[in-house]
Amino acid sequence: MAKQHISTTINGEPMEFLCEPHQSMLDVLRGPLGLTGSKEGCGSGDCGACSVTLDGRLVCACLMLAMEAEGASITTIEGMATGEALHPLQQKFLEMAALQCGICTPGVLMAARSLLERNPDPSETEVRFWLAGNLCRCTGYDKIVRAVLETAADMRENAA
Amino acid sequence: MNVISNKWIGQRTIRPDGADKVTGRAAYSADTTLPGLIWGKVLRSPHAHARIKSIDTSKAEALPGVKAVVTAKDLVDFPLDKSVMLGIQDMRWMCRNVMAREKALFHGHPVAAVAATSEEIAAEACRLIVVDYEVLPHVIDIDDAMQPGAPILHDFIQFEGKPSNIAGKLEHKLGDVEAGFAGADVIIERSFSTEPVHQGYIEPHACLVSVSGDGKAVIFSSSQGQFMVRAMTSLLTGIPQSDIRAIPAEIGGGFGGKTIIYLEPVATLLAKKSGRPVKMTMSREEVFRASGPTSGSKSTVKIGATRDGKIVAGQGTFYLQAGALPGSPIRGAAGCAFAPYDIPNVHSLGFDVVSNRSKVAAYRAPGAPIGAYAVECVLDELAEALKIDPLELRLKNAAKQGTKAAHGPVFPRIGFVETLEAARAHDHYKAPLGKLQGRGVASGFWFNAGGESSAQVNITEDGNVAVTTGHPDIGGSRASIANITAELLGIDYNRVSVQIGDTASIGYSNLTGGSRVLFASAMVVTQSTEKVITTLRERAAKIWKIDPEAVTWEDGEARPAGDNAGKFPGLSLADLAARASETGGPIGAGVQLNTTGAEGGFATHICDVEVDAELGIVRVLRYTSFQDVGRAIHPSYVEGQMQGGAAQGIGWALSEEYIYDRNGKVDNAGFLDYRMPVCSDLPMLDTVMIEIPNPKHPQGVRGVGEVPLVPPLAAVANAVANALGKRFYALPMSPPRVLAGLDGA
Repeated sequence: MAKQHISTTINGEPMEFLCEPHQSMLDVLRGPLGLTGSKEGCGSGDCGACSVTLDGRLVCACLMLAMEAEGASITTIEGMATGEALHPLQQKFLEMAALQCGICTPGVLMAARSLLERNPDPSETEVRFWLAGNLCRCTGYDKIVRAVLETAADMRENAA
Repeated sequence: MNVISNKWIGQRTIRPDGADKVTGRAAYSADTTLPGLIWGKVLRSPHAHARIKSIDTSKAEALPGVKAVVTAKDLVDFPLDKSVMLGIQDMRWMCRNVMAREKALFHGHPVAAVAATSEEIAAEACRLIVVDYEVLPHVIDIDDAMQPGAPILHDFIQFEGKPSNIAGKLEHKLGDVEAGFAGADVIIERSFSTEPVHQGYIEPHACLVSVSGDGKAVIFSSSQGQFMVRAMTSLLTGIPQSDIRAIPAEIGGGFGGKTIIYLEPVATLLAKKSGRPVKMTMSREEVFRASGPTSGSKSTVKIGATRDGKIVAGQGTFYLQAGALPGSPIRGAAGCAFAPYDIPNVHSLGFDVVSNRSKVAAYRAPGAPIGAYAVECVLDELAEALKIDPLELRLKNAAKQGTKAAHGPVFPRIGFVETLEAARAHDHYKAPLGKLQGRGVASGFWFNAGGESSAQVNITEDGNVAVTTGHPDIGGSRASIANITAELLGIDYNRVSVQIGDTASIGYSNLTGGSRVLFASAMVVTQSTEKVITTLRERAAKIWKIDPEAVTWEDGEARPAGDNAGKFPGLSLADLAARASETGGPIGAGVQLNTTGAEGGFATHICDVEVDAELGIVRVLRYTSFQDVGRAIHPSYVEGQMQGGAAQGIGWALSEEYIYDRNGKVDNAGFLDYRMPVCSDLPMLDTVMIEIPNPKHPQGVRGVGEVPLVPPLAAVANAVANALGKRFYALPMSPPRVLAGLDGA
């Protein structure tokens, strides 16, 4: 089948690409679009390292067909910081050493941001269950959960 | 030694590579590309054990888009009768693991590889390769592999004069165990089993290799050692090391599993044959089927003590799965098992057993968790029999300075007793427990390692500092190195940049493994920085026309001292850098060492669990690790090691295992069915760092990365036994096994 032409919005920028009908969004992000911040840890939706948002909904880019991007708006880790200013979650992850090897970090950050957009005051249990789809083998999750909870508290304070 | 002011050492600085890792910019092994790149794919054996009679690649080679095909005959052969060692790896086994030679030895064993213009074409070409297999009977489990009449994997391996699957034996003896047991009032002997578990790094193996027309190769890959990548690729391809540049990508987890290679020599040969850059990535399924894991095991441990709780003898026999080729970590199992204790009579035996599984790779304190699991569970039962508190029993017998360990050394100043005392005093140990809840404690030891490291410290022209070392940074070591450099030079942390050099830009450095990186690199960085400081004092002396001995380095500047004190204003790093050319040239120094004095690490863990008797689920409610960390150069990353090791150990104890079908194929080769702990499975993982500086290190550093995985298996098992009043002797204590065990109660 001929390549399909897709018009979409990625990290706020209008974008066009060609893809095979069977290609995943992750393959297109990492390949032709050069957005390698989304990682492939499994290709089966189990590890969450490729977490992105599709029209505001958290999805695994490896489980999404690239053609589903037509007319949609996608946000990846590359769209999380604003210019030089890191997102509060990114800053907190650095300050609290909530990463070791860092391969799961983009997915964890995308998932955590998605949580805080829905629930600005999550409990530890809510954080743990929301992030249950993001595997991390280095940290034991302790510092990740603490960083998300502290960021939420900071953001609530700043919004008040 | 410099006086340490502790302005930066011990601070929770922001890691130099952090911003790139939270924004998606950091380049891991699969994240780079090159013009003209083509894709490599591996054809893997569909049989667990089969003789390879012939391989016909002609149809694959004829497929449009295919640019190169490689089989074992393209790799350098290492004949079976002659061992060629690279570190602890025998190249006879490495070469057969990278590509099957005489036989396919496990399901998933590589037999050929293809490079083509797309991944789809490469996969199609693999299907067109015709391999004529003579399928042989296979054997998966340890007990089966040691039975008389078991299928023999390697005819050349003999044990006690006969062909055998027992490929090696290791023995540690201290005193006279028979006499020791004869003097014991209580003796407990138990047998245990554990399943193989995978290191579980989230980044699959991947590499990008280009070979230029003159045969020079550039390898971009993530590993625990770019020099290991260079050396192994050189040995397996015949390309001299001087013609290979191995560039370390950021590494997405390794835990020992990336101390060997799988793809790099294959990609190098494909790139050489095709004249195109070749990229290869493993799928998660390939990672599970053909890389790692660590050994499954069977062990028996017997410990005897007198009525007052003094251990008089310990005996252990540990059978470890090697996978299809020899080399399981029996040294870690047999060597570390009894090491935390001062026992006069010890006999510890390890056996290396091959079977038709993927070849094991190192996994965080290789072998030690297996040994500790058995010993620490038996100690728990011993404490019960003697009616002594389990921490008290360990304290009564704890190794300390001067204790002779069965595996050889006499311990210098170590902090094991302190970990036990801290655990005993902690509120966790006294907290109340509810119904079906239990508490377990366990301790552990890991050797730690020194070895070869190189560093270069350069003063930039604008008076800042660029440090280069040769070890992939797997968990924040760059931050610790920057802390140390800033401390020694008396400058702001942010003025120090730390890079990991490729094999052409820094001297040989051994693997990131053995908990050695900060220990060894801190030594070479310290000595390099001290040389730089000497040069800076000489340059200031030259400018002031005084004796270098009359110049001190304080707070980041050269100051006249002694009779000249106060005569000249101080010269900062920037001042001296600006005048470097006129005072003698660029300022920098490098040091290369084979470091020694690593000294072992000790830890004690407390674990609380709750057992759901209806579902068989064991939940960890509370977990606290106490560890002698030497000196915490960057406390956050020390805590991170302790927490990560505890989480991996909880997974090993409760949920992770390889499951094989009747045909010798892994049945659960994915993250959905191979269950590593997820965020909602775990509580916060509390840490208590105990700092007993290593007397043999300039900053007191002791390796901290591996010992955290040694105690958890037994800590969890002892907690489950405490909750149920019934003990399991096999891991993992997964819901089906727990339910079956409860039904049988």
